[in-house]
Formats: sequence, C-alpha cells, structure tokens
Amino acid sequence: MAQDIVLKENKKSMVFLKPITTIFKGKLSKEKWLLSAKKTGITLASVLLFLILWHFGSQALYNKEANYKINKTLKEQGAAAAEAERACIYSGENNCQPNTLPSPLQVWQSLQLLIADHYVIKADKKAFEEKMFATNEALAAKGKKKITYTGRPSFIDIVLTSIKTVFAGFLLALLIAVPIGIVIGLSPFLKSAFNWFIQIFKPVSPVVWYLLVFMIVKTLYIGNSSDNSFVISFISVGLCAMWATLVNTAMGVASVDKDYINVAKVLKLGTFQKIFKIILPSSLPLIFTGLRITLSVAWMVLIAIELLAQSPGLGLFVWEEFQNGANDSNSKIIVAMFVIGIIGFLLDRIMLSVQQMVSFNKNEAI
Amino acid sequence: MAYLELKNIYKNYGSGDATTEVLSDINLTIEEGEFVAIVGFTGSGKTTLVNLINGLITPTSGQVICKGKEVKETSHERGVIFQNYSLLPWLTVGQNIFMAVKEAFPKKTKEALNTIVEEYVEMVRLTPAINKRPKELSGGMRQRVAVARALAMKPEMIIMDEPLGALDALTRGDLQDEILNIWGKDKRTALLITNDVDEGIYMADRIIPLRPGPKATLGPEFKIDIPRPRDKTALNDDKNFKDTRNAIIEYLMDIGDARKSEIQEQIILPELEPKSFVGYFKS
Repeated sequence: MAQDIVLKENKKSMVFLKPITTIFKGKLSKEKWLLSAKKTGITLASVLLFLILWHFGSQALYNKEANYKINKTLKEQGAAAAEAERACIYSGENNCQPNTLPSPLQVWQSLQLLIADHYVIKADKKAFEEKMFATNEALAAKGKKKITYTGRPSFIDIVLTSIKTVFAGFLLALLIAVPIGIVIGLSPFLKSAFNWFIQIFKPVSPVVWYLLVFMIVKTLYIGNSSDNSFVISFISVGLCAMWATLVNTAMGVASVDKDYINVAKVLKLGTFQKIFKIILPSSLPLIFTGLRITLSVAWMVLIAIELLAQSPGLGLFVWEEFQNGANDSNSKIIVAMFVIGIIGFLLDRIMLSVQQMVSFNKNEAI
Repeated sequence: MAYLELKNIYKNYGSGDATTEVLSDINLTIEEGEFVAIVGFTGSGKTTLVNLINGLITPTSGQVICKGKEVKETSHERGVIFQNYSLLPWLTVGQNIFMAVKEAFPKKTKEALNTIVEEYVEMVRLTPAINKRPKELSGGMRQRVAVARALAMKPEMIIMDEPLGALDALTRGDLQDEILNIWGKDKRTALLITNDVDEGIYMADRIIPLRPGPKATLGPEFKIDIPRPRDKTALNDDKNFKDTRNAIIEYLMDIGDARKSEIQEQIILPELEPKSFVGYFKS
C-alpha cells in the first residue's frame, strides 16, 4: 500500500512529462488527448519561439559586428581591403568570422562536433591503453606506477567529472550538515554556541571558500605530486552548499510539533528513541528540502570553483573556451550552458522525487 | 482509598506581571472504576487540567496523587487520548499502536505485541485500514486509532481530553458507544473532559462543571443515577436526564453570564442633542 502511494507520488514530480507519458500509455479519451496535445503544443511552441528569437537576435548581432569590421578596415586600410574583408566574411571563411553570440544552428553543430570528438578521444584512449598494455604489466610487476592516458578529456568526460564533483561535494555537505544540524536543533545551548559561526560563514562567496580550502589542502598535500584539484573542488563545493541543509535540519529538529513530543512523553520513550522515532522522522521533510537546495547550490557554485581549481570539469571547459577565442568557442560555451542547465534541472527533479518519497505530508513538498 | 486525588491544585503560566492563573483551588477525588466527566467552556483550562493529571506538566502548588503516590511524570498507568489525535503521520495505523504497545510491554516478543495490536485494531473496527497512514483516514477513524493506541497499553485509567470534539454528531454517538463498551468490559477508571453536557450525562457516573478560567475551579458535582447500559433515544424522554441536563446547563450559563457581566465595562455616552438645522440655510 505504502509502495503504491510512493509510486503515484513519484510521477507527480515528473509532471512536465505528463503530456508525453499519457500519449504513450495510449489510454486516452478524446478530450484528454486534446488537452495533452494542447499542453505539449504550447510547450513546443514556446521552444520554437525561443529559438526564432535567438536566431534573429544572433543574426542582428552578427551583422552589427560584421559591419563594424568592414567599416574599420575601410577607414584603416582603404576600399580594396574592405571589399576583401566583406567577401571573406560572407564566404563563411573561418578566420574572419565576427566573434559574437552564435546562432542556434551553430550551437547544434558544436554539440555534434563535441560528441564526435568524444568518440575520437575514446578510440584514441583505447589505442593508447592497448599499446601500453605490455609496458604497464611490466611496470606493475616491478611495483611502479602505470602510465595512464594524459590526453585532453572529451566533453562527455568533462560532464562526468563535474557530476562526480557535485555528488562528492553533496555527500560531504550531507555528512557534515545533517549531524551538526540535528545536534544544534536539539540543544538551544549549542545553538547559541554555533550560531555566530553559521551566520558569518553562510554568506561567504564560493571563490573565498575555494581559496580557504586551497590553503589547507595545498599544505596537506605537500610532497605529494598527485593532482589535488578534484579534492579541492569537491570540498569547496560541499562547504559552500551545506548551509541550507544545516539551517533546515536545525530548524526541522527544533520545531517538531508539540503534540508529537507529548506523545513521546506519554509513551515514555527514551532519549535516543525520541530522537530516532519522533524527532528525526518528523523533521525529514525539512531536511530534504534543505538537501534539495544544497544540491542546486552545489551545481551552481561548481562552475566557478572548477574554474579556479583547474579541475577538468564544465567550469574549466567554459573558461578555457572563452580564453581560447577560437571560431567555435562561443557556440561551445552555449552548449555547455545548456548542458549545465539541463543537468541542474534533472538533479532538482531527482531530489524532488526523493523528497516526496520521504515526506509524510505530501502537500508540503513543493 | 481513592484512585486519583487532586488536592488544592493551582496552576499559573508566566511570571511576574504576566502571570495568568489558569487553575485555582481544584479538588477532585476519583474512585477506582468510576467514570467521571468534567464539562466546561472552551478555553476554561480543561486541557491544562488533563496535562496535570497525566503528568505532562506539574502544578504550581497542590498535589496530584495517584494510588497514594504523587504524580511527577507521565506513566503507562494513565493512558491519554488527546484532543487532536496526535498520531504520528509517518507511521501506519498498526505501527502507531505497535510503538505504544512496545513501550508498555517491553518484555513481550514481537509476535505477542503484534497480536495485541491486531486485537485492538479489531476492537475499534479498523482491521481493513491497519496499513494505512493517518492522512488517508477520516477524522472518526483517526480518533479510533488514538483510542486503540491508548487502550492497547492497558492503562489502569483512561484520560480523554475532548476526544470527540472534532467529530460530526453521528460519528460522535458511534464512538461514545464504543468507548463505553470498552470501558464496561473491564471497568477501568475513566476521566472524560468534554464541552458537551449530553455526552457527559450519557457516558459518566458523575459530572463536574469547570468554572471558566482564568482562575478556573470545579463547581458542584452532579451524580447521574441512570442505570447502564443507557439508551440514547430513551434518554431524551427520561425525566432524570432532563433535570440533570437542565441543572448543569443552567449552572454553566449562569457562570457564563456572570463572567460576561464582570468583563463588561460600562460606557457612559455624553449627553448630546442633535442640532436642528431647520431654517439654518435661509438667508
């Protein structure tokens, strides 16, 4: 029974898929079909409108940049050079393309390029590993370190690194914030002891957290040549994002309904039983609301922190593409932007499903 | 010896100038196996009185004595049915009751405990809903779970704090009979707090009105000499019932009125006469 309810509720969080799923289920009355078709239609129409606006917007920017370039050449180098420049730009030659907002089509091409690139690198990596297999075996036999592939990571690898970093950070936040939150929530005495700490460190920017973690980890890693960028970035992400969980857990634990406490007293539950059977279950919804905020904050600060930590994730990718200034760099940045957005959205949905699963008050989770 | 005794109970909330005296000079004796009802207006301190008896709070002065010992904390001997059910929403009906039973009989095996749970769920006729959560139940069903939870601990005394207050009239009558049935089986001591005089008369051996707070205190007691089992429809024509009910209501209304007149402040209006404008605008 409980399972049934949970399953039903799960679907609620995927409500944006509902029009599509109902169509696939094939069990539709005419009105319902019309309604879901309408909903899907509206969504598709708004996507289309967005793409059209984007397309024309980028075209206008492209023209402005192109005209400026031609005029500048005209002023500095004369009419012949300007004409050559114009021809170069409109021929689509890579070297003289204006550097501005890419059109949707360019972004789409970049995405395909990045995916194709992934397969090239994957094949490359495999070939390398095969080639080094014998050598590595020999090295391993001698107890030495294996030679690993050190070529550039593909876009997919980059995304995976980012996801890994976020989850490591999220786990760290959970392990730190939930226990401390419970302790603080239970004891008003400890709350006042910790409160200044929370209030001061909560608003600190991700960049500063990174620097702090860097100072500490760098010293701890002294004499160790291995790459510590991952460690630094996930610790920074965790520390940055844990505050929502900490505050929510403390609040949830401190604000347990007085009726439940009375029940605990009348049943004469012991301290531990009171915590685990009454206080924790009743504050779970708030704890998970906190965790959901933590995950989305973690994903948001990740980009900035990876950039600083030189960790090979999306943040560094975006920054390097920007510094690179190649012809397709801008469209790669936009691809990264969409990937970041979509993954963030999916992470939030996953957390919402989990949140609804543990929430006894189904209307509370939003 | 009386099962439960309240001796000169006073209870204040707050301190200094902000002190409110909720209860004052409460004296009550309940014999073993007796069914006592306390009726009073909402906000007259009924819940405070209940919490004092079950040991959730302690009196400012005076003593609550249960079986010759002073009550200082809650005890499994006194089961409580709360006004707002107080079921744990993340547990099913069975789990809610199991938790209570496990605390009351820590030495029994899991199977024995489960048997008790099933027995009491059956008693309040909720077997089909044993795996449901409180959210999925109606108000009456939730209250039945609360009744089952309190009784499954096999307390010597049942304390009911407006247990049926939030229910509709039909469910209410139904549950009244159910509670009486259960009480009749092994004649435990029972204390019912209610705002419904009819309910009190129908269920109790004795009714004591609570004069509304602040400084709430118990009024004179009314004995109900109607033989059990009582028939609700016949009761309406019973002379004894009518007289008792009228006497209690009259008493409650009187103190209600007295309180109102105490509170009322006389506002003296200035003596004014409307000015006449007849002929005023003629030049």
